[in-house]
Amino acid sequence: MSGRAASLPDPVAEGLAAGWSATNASKLAGDLRLDADVAIVGTGAGGGTAAEILTKAGLRVVMLEEGPLMSSSAFHMRESEAYPDLYQESAARKTKDKGIAILQGRCVGGSTTVNWTASFRTPPATLSYWQRVFGLKELTVDELAPWFAVMERRLSIEPWPLPPNENNDVLRRGAAKLGIPTAAIRRNVKGCWNLGYCGEGCPTNAKQSMLVTTIPAALSRGAVLVSRASAQRLVIAKDRVTEVQCVALDASGVRPGAYRVSVKARHFVLAAGAIGTPALLLRSGAPDPHQRLGRRTFLHPTCVSAAIMPGRVDGYAGAPQSVYCDHFLETQPIDGAIGYKLEVPPLHPLLMATTLQGYGRTHAQLMGHLPDTQAIIALQRDGFNPHSQGGRVLLKSDGSPLLDYPISDFVWDGLRRAYLSMAEIQFAAGAKSVLPIHEDAMPYSSLQAAREAIKRLPMQVIRARVLSAHAMGGCSMGSDARNAVVGSDGRHHQLDNVSVFDGSVFPTSVGANPQLSIYGLAARQTSRLAQWLTGRPAPAIA
Amino acid sequence: MLAVDPGFAYKFLHAQERTVLAAVVPVMLSGALPEDPARQEQTVVQIIRGVDLAVSGLPSSVQDEVGELFALLAFPVTRRIVAGVASPWLEASPAAVGAFLERWRLSRFALLRSAYRALQELIMASWYGNPMSWPAIAYPGPPVLHR
Repeated sequence: MSGRAASLPDPVAEGLAAGWSATNASKLAGDLRLDADVAIVGTGAGGGTAAEILTKAGLRVVMLEEGPLMSSSAFHMRESEAYPDLYQESAARKTKDKGIAILQGRCVGGSTTVNWTASFRTPPATLSYWQRVFGLKELTVDELAPWFAVMERRLSIEPWPLPPNENNDVLRRGAAKLGIPTAAIRRNVKGCWNLGYCGEGCPTNAKQSMLVTTIPAALSRGAVLVSRASAQRLVIAKDRVTEVQCVALDASGVRPGAYRVSVKARHFVLAAGAIGTPALLLRSGAPDPHQRLGRRTFLHPTCVSAAIMPGRVDGYAGAPQSVYCDHFLETQPIDGAIGYKLEVPPLHPLLMATTLQGYGRTHAQLMGHLPDTQAIIALQRDGFNPHSQGGRVLLKSDGSPLLDYPISDFVWDGLRRAYLSMAEIQFAAGAKSVLPIHEDAMPYSSLQAAREAIKRLPMQVIRARVLSAHAMGGCSMGSDARNAVVGSDGRHHQLDNVSVFDGSVFPTSVGANPQLSIYGLAARQTSRLAQWLTGRPAPAIA
Repeated sequence: MLAVDPGFAYKFLHAQERTVLAAVVPVMLSGALPEDPARQEQTVVQIIRGVDLAVSGLPSSVQDEVGELFALLAFPVTRRIVAGVASPWLEASPAAVGAFLERWRLSRFALLRSAYRALQELIMASWYGNPMSWPAIAYPGPPVLHR
């Protein structure tokens, strides 16, 4: 058989055929009004986890998602389709000064549909900082461990049994040569084909994203899903929300259409992500007596170092992230100079071409090295120091969100140090040349030359290429309403029937890829909410 | 003035703005496009259509920003003053276009750097998202899933 395997199962298509209640709002012929026990805004890591638990608890759930419902039979491993179909702003979302590019999912399953499957529990050092600084006394390693464990079982998060691809192995080998430890990344996959196209939507349904796990489970138990419905406003009466109002998008999937979708509910779970959730609350005029809403948004600002290796790397093939290095998080105290986590990105032509510096022949020559190019990324652990206050979510004149995240000198310092750490590792692994991804940099053929150049690179926006795949914060969790939007149970400090169960609750960055932190915390919070709403013990998850 | 791809139903780019891209694309992608003039011209048209498609899929507020950039480049006065390109785009030499890109790329004004980046990203994405570009960079393309 040739072509794309028509015989690969598509559990979403099967569920739809079996009668799931799923509506594409861009095909509505009139307004849609729904009633529910709980309305969930957003279907990513937080919303998906919440939907399954609440539905299992016997509650009537409506899930609202601004992106499309697309599934494996539509995932063709093509960047030119995946970015416009599945990502916020076609994978070209930018901060206000355009200094940071943000990769965020915009589809049913949210970022879990397009992430690279790296799964880490919230680091103990992060939790203890939250306890100390934000009064989150309950959120201890021991308290959260069973919630992480249950979501690990639910999503098949396990050690990856295959050897890392060459792209990841360069990080392992280079670090080992320097005596720097690395470790293997656990992944949320089941029967993974090791293709390397997680970022374009998994074509084999091996990735245990919300799209193929919790959302199908919720739909099979009678939950309702409305896709291409963009939540615009919560209707607030005193300290309660009565209704969420959405605009049904038109056939383009990005512009407002003619009709409205509104959902009345007893309780509202906000899970539209660290940019979407604060924006929805801001548009709604939600109470914010201490001006905390939309503040302290963190990104793990990330810089990139490419290396030309003596042999083939094929960075587009194989599990994209399987090795990580936390050494540079631990070389100083958590609230000292900024630390960074090292990982590896998959190298696909479109994203590589738009990320690389330069144009014309210089750029074309670098692209010609695609098969023997390796890359490391350094994710800065922002938010743990007074000089790292993160960004702020603002609203554009049309109500859409804009993240203002000025990169402080404190963060620039970490980015510069990271260029050097990555170059050292790449040369130790045998790189022929190393290229910091910076408009003013070129390939350097010795560590000495790279070190001298990195020392002098102007650390300015849109010269240094800075990216983020991890938007966090904006609805900070904290015991004291004066410096937080929600409490340690995710309940809004001022609105009685609103909970926030997504990455926006983190009071700092996580210091690791956030998906499992969101799953674990959302599972705990949702279980407590289910018990409170039903008066019965919460259902078992897995 | 010559029209660029007049028969195609563009969703976003006006005729004047297509001439900007017809001048900028061959310089931005110099060394990456087919050498044969006729094939290169066809490829540039494909890339311009790809840019149009990409912009039409962006949210309105972002589209407006891109629209402002293209309008600024297409309007003769701002082309001369802000971009520093003296002659109309279709008469501008590759050297003049390259000098313009280089000024904006390394400008001390973040606004001009971001405008350069918008052009770079749109053009690179349109070309390297297109399978026509893959043989030259030895990218095998996504695997075919047999069962």
